[in-house]
Amino acid sequence: MRVTHDIEITTSSVILDGQPIVVQQTGEKMLVELYRRFVGDYPKFFKMDTLSRLGFIAAELLLKQPAAGNQQPVDAVILANRSASIKNDRDYLATITEGNYYPSPALFVYTLPNIVTGEIAIRHGIQGETSFYILDTPQQLNAIIAATPFQSALAGWCECSAQDKFYAKLQTIWNN
Amino acid sequence: MVYCIGHSIISPLGEGSQANVEAVQAGRSGLRLYHNRFADVEPFCASLFDTPQEFVPLCICSVTCALNDSQIAALPETIFILSTTKGDNLDLLTPAQAIVQHFGNPNPPVVVSNACTSGVCAQITAKRLLEAGLYKHAIVIGCDIQTRFIVSGFQAFKALSPEPCRPFSPDRQGLNLGEAAATIIYTAEPQPGGWKLVAGSIHNDANHLSAPSRTGEGAYRCLTDVMAGMQPADIDLLGVHGTATPYNDAMERTAIERAGLQDVPVSALKPFFGHTMGAAGVVETIIGMEILKHGTFVKMLSGFGGVNAAIRLTCE
Repeated sequence: MRVTHDIEITTSSVILDGQPIVVQQTGEKMLVELYRRFVGDYPKFFKMDTLSRLGFIAAELLLKQPAAGNQQPVDAVILANRSASIKNDRDYLATITEGNYYPSPALFVYTLPNIVTGEIAIRHGIQGETSFYILDTPQQLNAIIAATPFQSALAGWCECSAQDKFYAKLQTIWNN
Repeated sequence: MVYCIGHSIISPLGEGSQANVEAVQAGRSGLRLYHNRFADVEPFCASLFDTPQEFVPLCICSVTCALNDSQIAALPETIFILSTTKGDNLDLLTPAQAIVQHFGNPNPPVVVSNACTSGVCAQITAKRLLEAGLYKHAIVIGCDIQTRFIVSGFQAFKALSPEPCRPFSPDRQGLNLGEAAATIIYTAEPQPGGWKLVAGSIHNDANHLSAPSRTGEGAYRCLTDVMAGMQPADIDLLGVHGTATPYNDAMERTAIERAGLQDVPVSALKPFFGHTMGAAGVVETIIGMEILKHGTFVKMLSGFGGVNAAIRLTCE
């Protein structure tokens, strides 16, 4: 198993393969800034919740990198975090407060953590495995990844626990 | 290959796998109409516990029941794998940790949250971790309890049937939600006889977040994977997802036909249990194993996020 590229996104920094990407904004505005600079042609981005935007941007930046002599896209997406989809869950709950019962299907679909894996799969045409785990530590995820059969995967930690509170550390991994 | 050494279902139909199998065989359904279960929510048809249950005690009850069945204790070489979509009031990790703590197990639990496929995916995760030699036993728990949160969301999607659901019927009107906790215990130690989990596969449609693929691409690929080396005639029972929404059942039919499995007997259990979400894959695997008794059983599920999963189990 070899890691070909990695990215770390905090609320104020982006580091791709060890090199910082200079950003002007912080928090959720930073994700929009990254979208405008590096993507720009996928308006569905603006429908996504923060967790999906985070995973989507991380995947965009990672999968644009040359795949170490192999140009085929990854075939699996394996992500994890501790708090599932809690930020969007709370946003959704806020729309169905007592006496104001008008649930939004557009928000409801994002009340599952694996939706971000689906967004990445749709964007990049990945028809292999997509899995989302809720774990205490990234070490647990490493053990699961090592036991999962795939040729190449986008894998790692992707978490948004509250407004402007998120963290992603993703890698592309090859098994051949 | 991993070996099933115990299971349990706690549902509105009864406590223990046997009680639930008997209810299904007798044609009893847990579905009924609820008018005032949750504030503001329109009346809906579902299979709910008479007394609202708490998530962690319900899971503990299910695991205790399965452990009695399997004659093993929750030993240090055992991993707990929880399948749930909404956990305990939107928290998935803390309840899993509470369950593990209750049984005095030292290993941090794994929670699988892969939408409606979670219960099958959790069994696949169990198989992988056991086959990798990381643990000897895996306790797979599937559980969800219904809340205003979930019911309102499915109502927003207009996915709920006002009547008991009718999977694969031309006049099907949608799904019913349900509550259950179910547990399957797998071991890496070869067992004489009994059910074995032989193959598992997970694929994304890469098509749409909430609508199934028209070509059933992900489900078809899962079926092809778990059928490797097998003929359609080798399969005795195919447990479908069968939510009874127009699109899901049409997609499954397409995937089943593409995989050449159209002559295999099919079971769809949502008319008995409703859609128990994180529990569905575990409940429906147990009922399939119990009703078939021996032979080869394939269980498939699909869910939001475009994810599909299938497993193949066999009992000689």
